[in-house]
Amino acid sequence: MTSRGTTRRALARTGVYTSLILATIIVLLPLGVVFLTSLKTDKEMTGGSGALTFPDDPLNFHNYVTAFQDGRMLSAFGHTAFILVFAIAGTVLIGSMTAYAIDRFTFRFKKLVVALFLLAALVPGVTTQVATFQIVNGFGMFDTLWAPIALYMGTDIVSIYIFLQFVRSIPVSLDESARLDGANAFTIYRKIIFPLLKPAIATVVIVKGITVYNDFYIPFLYMPSQDLGVISTSLFRFKGPYGAHWETISAGAIVVILPTLIVFLALQRYIYNGFTRGATR
Amino acid sequence: MTDTTARVSVTKEPARDTPVPAPAPRRARVWRRLTPWIFLIAPLALLITFTYAPIVNMIAYSFTDWDGVSPELHYTGLENYTELFTRSELFEVFFVSGYYLVASAIQIVAALYFATVLSFNVRFRNFFKGVLFFPYLINGVAIGFVFLYFFQDGGTLDSVLALFGYHSDHAWLGTPFSANSSLAAVSIWRYLGLNFVLFLGAIQSIPGELYEASELDGANRWHQFRHIIAPGIKPVLTLTVILSVSGSLSAFEIPYIMTGGATGTETFVIQTVKLAFQFNKTGLASAAALVLLLIILLVTWLQRRLVPDDKVDLV
Repeated sequence: MTSRGTTRRALARTGVYTSLILATIIVLLPLGVVFLTSLKTDKEMTGGSGALTFPDDPLNFHNYVTAFQDGRMLSAFGHTAFILVFAIAGTVLIGSMTAYAIDRFTFRFKKLVVALFLLAALVPGVTTQVATFQIVNGFGMFDTLWAPIALYMGTDIVSIYIFLQFVRSIPVSLDESARLDGANAFTIYRKIIFPLLKPAIATVVIVKGITVYNDFYIPFLYMPSQDLGVISTSLFRFKGPYGAHWETISAGAIVVILPTLIVFLALQRYIYNGFTRGATR
Repeated sequence: MTDTTARVSVTKEPARDTPVPAPAPRRARVWRRLTPWIFLIAPLALLITFTYAPIVNMIAYSFTDWDGVSPELHYTGLENYTELFTRSELFEVFFVSGYYLVASAIQIVAALYFATVLSFNVRFRNFFKGVLFFPYLINGVAIGFVFLYFFQDGGTLDSVLALFGYHSDHAWLGTPFSANSSLAAVSIWRYLGLNFVLFLGAIQSIPGELYEASELDGANRWHQFRHIIAPGIKPVLTLTVILSVSGSLSAFEIPYIMTGGATGTETFVIQTVKLAFQFNKTGLASAAALVLLLIILLVTWLQRRLVPDDKVDLV
């Protein structure tokens, strides 16, 4: 009985590890091959270098230079950073204010307000873009960096929810004692609630940051001009001019993936927490 | 109004979260009543401008023949809707969602498996966790390019198959079935990590004593999964199903970047974007978008009805 039990257990363990290793290969292989390709020369590629063969010169960063300069990646990173800063600051401010107002006050139509926010969460953004486009256009924001900023700030129900959880965990007695000291609602928000929301802010910054950095749809629709590429749209434009030049396209893809990888390795734990907190509303 | 009446009405006010200290003069009272609204002005303005106004406009556009630019538009009644439901090629895009739905099912099962396995003691656990989750963080355009190369003639997939002695001259993105399956597989690759991490979080919130107790009772992993894990993560599981269905219906990025909707891979959103922004059929596109929105709302509502879950409430 015991020996059969142990063999079965050993078999199960082997199965588990096999599946994990297989998954690792499936995840890493496509990325690894693109990395290898990014180090190959034009000649190697036309010479029929197979996808799995190593580059002749593993230190050939020529394609990266091409991708950076001709693909205008530097300005793309600049635009993305600009949008990130404003969109995240706006999301944090708006999310925390909404959460504070909803949790700490009773007011008429509160239920309606909450329902409006909740219902908005059910509407997938992609479905309403046809009409949103007209509104953005009407404000004169079309083809400016402000269009994506406004849309990202819009109403991020996930961040409102994260803030709400945290505001709720801050004891009301803190507000009360501040109020006795003569503080009004704005002072309380600024001096007590907002500083205590730090962990929630970190979560929102991470989750929102990744979403904004990776988004393609909104900048693609709202900023079609060549000069306003963010990293997604700039990379997408590689498709035309570099059509068959996989070594350049690969370098571009790696340039875009690399910052994500670095941030991920540095902040792993917080990122996991952020996503579990962010998505399980 | 005198000061006394103001006082009376203050005391009459229902109990608030914070006790009202002294009877406030009228001005302070108005001010206090306004306070929450001051906090909500900006959020509500954005919410109405960028969510509700578009929906209302979209409904209005959907009954017109507007092209999105000209000042002229004509009310056409239900014409857009009849066109949508009678021109079969406009409706066929929904069948493409089927591929993504199947992929979602596979993805959920695989994510459940890996989350269960990795919530117990496994060597290099954090490494495997990181590897499985990382694709979710990668830029969609980059993923599109990585997999364009993956499915290329003589690309990654063909090279790997050649290693095993199988030489294929199959154009992976060449026929509708193969192209859609390939694209759906990419979406599994991309989104598995999110489901996995959500499940993992939920499983880890189940108290450890439950497993220990069940082990003493002679339960094996399958029993533990069946009776402890599965019920424990039900709320997350329901959420994942909703997200998967609406995600499948609104698939856009990967097919648009990789094939541009060619060889039968056009999804509903690609079609809508093309109708609106390439063919200037704003009216028809609005009707299409509204149909999609209603379907997604219906799915969500049905799902909530079938599996009531009070944890999803916001307040």
